[in-house]
Amino acid sequence: MPPMSGGAPMTSRRTLAQKLWDAHVVPGGRADDSAPDLLYVDLHLVHEVTSPQAFEGLRLAGRKVRRPDLTVATMDHNVPTRGGVRAADDLSRKQMEVLAENCRREGIPLHQIGSRRQGIVHVIGPELGLTQPGMLIVCGDSHTSTHGAFGALAFGIGTSEVELVLATQCLPQRRLQDLAVTVEGDLPIGVTAKDVALGLIGVAGTSGGQGHLVEYRGSTIAGLSMEGRMTLCNMSIEWGAKAGMVAPDETTFKYLERRPSAPRGPAWEQALDASFDHEIRVDATQLAPYVTWGTNPGQVVAVTGRVPAPRSDTDERALRYMDLKAGTAIEDITIDRVFIGSCTNARIEDLRAAARIIRGRRVHPKVRALVVPGSTTVKRAAEDEGLDLVFKSAGFEWRSAGCSMCLGMNPDILAPGERCASTSNRNFEGRQGSGGRTHLMSPPMAAAAAVTGHLVDVRELV
Amino acid sequence: MEPVVKVGGRMAPLDRADVDTDQIIPKQFLKRIERTGYGPFLFFDWRQEPSFFLNQPGFDGAAVLVAGANFGCGSSREHAPWAIRDAGFKAVIAPSFGDIFRANSFKTGILAITLPESQVRHLIDLASEDATATVEIDVRAQQVRGDGFAYAFELDPFIKECLVKGLDEIGLVERHGAAISRFESSRMSWLPSAR
Repeated sequence: MPPMSGGAPMTSRRTLAQKLWDAHVVPGGRADDSAPDLLYVDLHLVHEVTSPQAFEGLRLAGRKVRRPDLTVATMDHNVPTRGGVRAADDLSRKQMEVLAENCRREGIPLHQIGSRRQGIVHVIGPELGLTQPGMLIVCGDSHTSTHGAFGALAFGIGTSEVELVLATQCLPQRRLQDLAVTVEGDLPIGVTAKDVALGLIGVAGTSGGQGHLVEYRGSTIAGLSMEGRMTLCNMSIEWGAKAGMVAPDETTFKYLERRPSAPRGPAWEQALDASFDHEIRVDATQLAPYVTWGTNPGQVVAVTGRVPAPRSDTDERALRYMDLKAGTAIEDITIDRVFIGSCTNARIEDLRAAARIIRGRRVHPKVRALVVPGSTTVKRAAEDEGLDLVFKSAGFEWRSAGCSMCLGMNPDILAPGERCASTSNRNFEGRQGSGGRTHLMSPPMAAAAAVTGHLVDVRELV
Repeated sequence: MEPVVKVGGRMAPLDRADVDTDQIIPKQFLKRIERTGYGPFLFFDWRQEPSFFLNQPGFDGAAVLVAGANFGCGSSREHAPWAIRDAGFKAVIAPSFGDIFRANSFKTGILAITLPESQVRHLIDLASEDATATVEIDVRAQQVRGDGFAYAFELDPFIKECLVKGLDEIGLVERHGAAISRFESSRMSWLPSAR
């Protein structure tokens, strides 16, 4: 068991998040008590889009990277998913070249395009065994909350903070409040971790988590796989939470078994009697497969429902953008594209779940469907299991790893007006391409939409 | 960073909630490797609508963007406050902000000021009726002042000091180099290394 650092007394009333926080406070790291805590970062993940200005800032100030050995870089946001680096546009290629040059100069390990371990930053961290319980992890990307699935404190930062962490390995931060999300009960058939996230955001709203460190707990969470926990923690930012986490348990340690050693012991275990500032309780047995109908992830409805009547200007604007009418049955909405991918839902378990629906079926003739594995490792594992053949023989395009159509920085984008069933995390206007329309859902739901050509309750296909 | 003590000028109303960073600066403009030059791409897609406020002549040169709740939700891209700054704005006032956007804004020297919904509503109405209406934001006094009103806002004392003195945060942290080295020497051996 790792002893606590930071000098704070260990009491069972402290939440996991506060224990993690205390363990990373640098004693003597601030001028006085009115200053924020100075936190020490165990792992800094870097990618090509939010880092070039930070490295440039270091260079201009004559600073070096303090701990290249605690920094890992990958290329993910704008990598082409076919054709390799040559298929990238000039600006994207330049960004990748600049990252490679920065990593070379500073001695930072880089998983570049074409290499065995390359992939979406939030997929490869856990895969490489770099993400472990008890760590503080940051990255210039809002979905860094993903790593909280391992009982780590993990959050996204901006480019100025990337520069600060590169230079000092530290980050001044104000302590935040604790929010428990307690999910109890068995998930109904066809309901996934993604549906827990979407259902929760539908209730909590897009800013319900603001200013909070969230701990997901309860019997439903204990029953989720690591992949499911990562999906849930990944979506924490979509309702404004600073970080989301799950206390490590046997599932966590089993996942980490064949990876470098991880800490065990009471320090990182869930404190059953921990005191939270707030709690949201969710009855898992009442959840359904969810689909977003609007342009923020809080605009969500069960697949068996209808497009709701607008309750605000935001809703009205969303309906116009999405070209939907209130009262339309969700299952009557036809789609043009399907995207199975992203740091939310492109791990091996996600691909297996989608393949189970696809097997023996064909992609609807009017639909163009894409699978983009979350990492090169996931891609290889899927190919070893023959999942690529399942997808390809059904008419899916099988691509190389990257963020791809989640944010459309590479050539994979929606045309204006196209409607997409997507396993990604944001349905913002233009997110997947200017004028494109995104419906968020789980991998099995996206697979079901691909074969039927419309949004459909996956439970009708299993 | 240049000190930011008082900023002010005309307001531009953006009466929408949940304005995400994808709207503030769409992804196709994140491929640059510079920190500047993002102004022309601010609200790029929304600017295609002729009625959008940035296309209204009265709001040329506005210094304070006033917007609905949860402004800057979504991605961590610091390009969002860079674009706001490059378009000439000095501050954004809203009932609430995405956490990462707010932190990024202050580091860019853009004031992200939280006021209650009713006061933000007043400012949006005021700017919508009279494009020449101005406000002044006084960082030391923590007030947004205009003709006949003064609204107090909260500000983290550390952020305030950094703004008012124009402090370099990296330099501030580097002052604690010895404490950081001490902490590093006591880190647990099980913690993974990238190498």
